[in-house]
Amino acid sequence: MAIDKTMNVLIVDDYKTMLRIIRNLLKQIEFNNVEEASDGSDALSKLRGGNFGLVISDWNMAPMTGLQLLQEVRADNRLKTMPFIMITAESKTENVIAAKAAGVSNYIVKPFNAETLKDKIEKVLGHA
Amino acid sequence: MKKSLAMLDVPGEPNPTGINALKRKLTEIRAQQSEPESGMVAEVVRAVLTTISHELSAKESSLLREVEELGQMIANTKSEIAALRVDDITDHDIPFATDELDAIVEHTAHATDAILESCEMLDEVAATVTGEAATKLLAAQTKIYEACSFQDITGQRITKVVTTLKTIEGKVAHIIGTFGATAAAARVSTTHVASDADLLNGPQLPAHAMDQSDIDKLLADF
Repeated sequence: MAIDKTMNVLIVDDYKTMLRIIRNLLKQIEFNNVEEASDGSDALSKLRGGNFGLVISDWNMAPMTGLQLLQEVRADNRLKTMPFIMITAESKTENVIAAKAAGVSNYIVKPFNAETLKDKIEKVLGHA
Repeated sequence: MKKSLAMLDVPGEPNPTGINALKRKLTEIRAQQSEPESGMVAEVVRAVLTTISHELSAKESSLLREVEELGQMIANTKSEIAALRVDDITDHDIPFATDELDAIVEHTAHATDAILESCEMLDEVAATVTGEAATKLLAAQTKIYEACSFQDITGQRITKVVTTLKTIEGKVAHIIGTFGATAAAARVSTTHVASDADLLNGPQLPAHAMDQSDIDKLLADF
């Protein structure tokens, strides 16, 4: 299944440097329509007001965490099927289980490389 | 202490002279200091033991001796803690360490931003290049972007260390609170000439550092 690389991607992280890195890595793999949000609630309002094809979010943010964002997305009728990738330094089994239970589409552990990012995006969007 | 001495009073009988003397001593201590030092308490307990040992059973005698030892142990521990200057840890060492760690995060963040900015400028160059050069340039940029994510991980790790240091700081403050102000009182003020080793403190925190113009001015004053 061909992936539409013109889709809008929302990247969510409270750390500006990380947003910049992810944006550039997405650009390297030809995703150029990228929007940024600095925490879960900012992301949620952008998702509700926009047209996105993919969310890539950090977990560790305040006041709304990535997991809470994911739960809100899955509880929203319009957004519940939105592909959602969690990128986080939290690599404990219980984190992955919690994310999976909340309906995460895929999970990337920091530090990660462009190849991993590309691979996960293809897997998520290929199944979308 | 007041209660146990009162218990030694037998109604209708005169107090033994030794006990009256001890009561007077305790009253004097209370008048001088509302919270007697553990060393003083140990001294009084020792005096009680000496005075009334013939009136106590072996079990009571042993119990009082243990109280005396306990008092001595507390006094020794206080002296040892004072010698360690534990309040330095909360007043200086831990705040200094956390400031240094914050400075590491700040400096590496600036460096990472500068690297990212330069790498983004390469994008413009990459757009003008084709073939193998373009592929190599793209691969190099990707590596740089990937490597820059160290900043995020480093920041999170340092935040964890700072949290741990603050926990230690809280526990040390609790110890100081428990053992009173004697640790601070035990400090000895000394003035010494800084040695070569004393002068090697690594980079200064930005808030406390002199910039090059300050140093130039300072040198010009000599």
